[in-house]
Amino acid sequence: MTLKQTPLNAAHRAMGAKMVDFGGWDMPVNYGSQIDEHHQVRNDCGMFDVSHMRVVDMRGAGVRGFLRYLLANNVDKLTMPGKALYSTMLLDNGGVIDDLIVYFLNEEWFRIVVNAGTADKDIAWMKQQAAQHVPEMVIADHPELAMIAVQGPNARAKVWDALPGSKELTENLIPFSAVEMGTMFIARTGYTGEDGFEIMIPAKSAPMFWATLAEKGVKPIGLGARDTLRLEAGMNLYGQDMDETINPLEAGLAWTVDLKSERDFIGKAALLANPPKRKLVGLVLQDRGVLRGHQQVKTTHGAGEITSGSFSPTLEKSIALARVPKEVQVGDSVQVEIRDKLLNAKVVKYPFARNGKTVCSL
Amino acid sequence: MSNPSNLKYTASHEWVKSEADGTISIGITEHAQELLGDMVFVEAPAVGRKLKAKEECTVVESVKAAADVYAPVNGVVTAVNSELDSTPEKINEEPYAAWIFKMKPDNAADVAALLDAKAYQAVVDSEAH
Repeated sequence: MTLKQTPLNAAHRAMGAKMVDFGGWDMPVNYGSQIDEHHQVRNDCGMFDVSHMRVVDMRGAGVRGFLRYLLANNVDKLTMPGKALYSTMLLDNGGVIDDLIVYFLNEEWFRIVVNAGTADKDIAWMKQQAAQHVPEMVIADHPELAMIAVQGPNARAKVWDALPGSKELTENLIPFSAVEMGTMFIARTGYTGEDGFEIMIPAKSAPMFWATLAEKGVKPIGLGARDTLRLEAGMNLYGQDMDETINPLEAGLAWTVDLKSERDFIGKAALLANPPKRKLVGLVLQDRGVLRGHQQVKTTHGAGEITSGSFSPTLEKSIALARVPKEVQVGDSVQVEIRDKLLNAKVVKYPFARNGKTVCSL
Repeated sequence: MSNPSNLKYTASHEWVKSEADGTISIGITEHAQELLGDMVFVEAPAVGRKLKAKEECTVVESVKAAADVYAPVNGVVTAVNSELDSTPEKINEEPYAAWIFKMKPDNAADVAALLDAKAYQAVVDSEAH
């Protein structure tokens, strides 16, 4: 099968990227040292090609009412144009179809950004649900939009430098909101635990913008560092930390599920009928080694499993997210089975690191 | 970086250096470290452990993945490079200086029969296609 390419594929190769098959996309995993790239984002700034993610626009009179039913988080929290909300989209049984960000532009236009690997499935689900409830609504995805994330403490200043006119427009943009700039869409969002922007831009303009950012000294960052940055920031990865067999309450996402209001949404009845038995916790390895996904966790309350694990460049220790029995508490000692050995790990409250610093207690 | 011609190699990407005292030093090749990326952990075998050729005896872990390192020949582990406990990145920086463990081979002829630099390069090239 031919791998799909983003508009920046040639630019990655010219910058010396090591390219890998990432869910059918030919993507840069690193451009040299993944650890250096990680620190670059925590301490200065870096740019990521996330054009494989998909932008989906919903337009029409009934959009808000539809999203109120489609998503587990409540879009009624979105009152100011440009404001964004993180949410899961659930099956009737409460399993997670995908996690996404929804932007409120106006009462007849909401924009959703979904994961690459799930995009086609997501859109089919959205259209199937819309056909039953708001057949007049238009759902259109935009594979022709590229997306570049610029992240780090100096990210906004670098974007302002690279993009004339953007400072005036985005200087007062509050976190988790977005604004249009011509054919571009600039959001103060990200997946690293650092400040910065995610910028949607027409594919044909993306290589020039990427090159301009590079000229301003913004270093390219691969998907390898993207994964360690998001793990340190305690952000879930779809397909690892949750999927269609896991409900959001057992994936650390209770804060994104609105069970308090009268509002009905897909999956709500299942969530109410099945109180969570497990929960997602952070682990820091006390012994030498590296925590990885699918390693088994032994606790005094029963077995658990690591969902995401790696070496944390900021903590210089191995860290993980693990799904364990709900009785497990922060501060507990647990054991992780790695190659027939049992290594000691401590349960911590995550995130592990954000804004350049360790934020969990070791 | 080319593979030093004074070393022997395995198809599983270990390099082997014959030392003056009759032992051999074992590490992983430039190609192997490049594939794995930033090293963060090395679990070397215990000194005194008897190994058979092609036996898994060491785990090297990068940020990305864990990989096994295999004994190149039959023999006994005589030393491990404890410097790599705190600086596993040496494997990335100087793969042909960062030895992981040493062995006393049962049979010197087994070492002579390993791949030379040219034959190893052919293995690397064949994997690329």
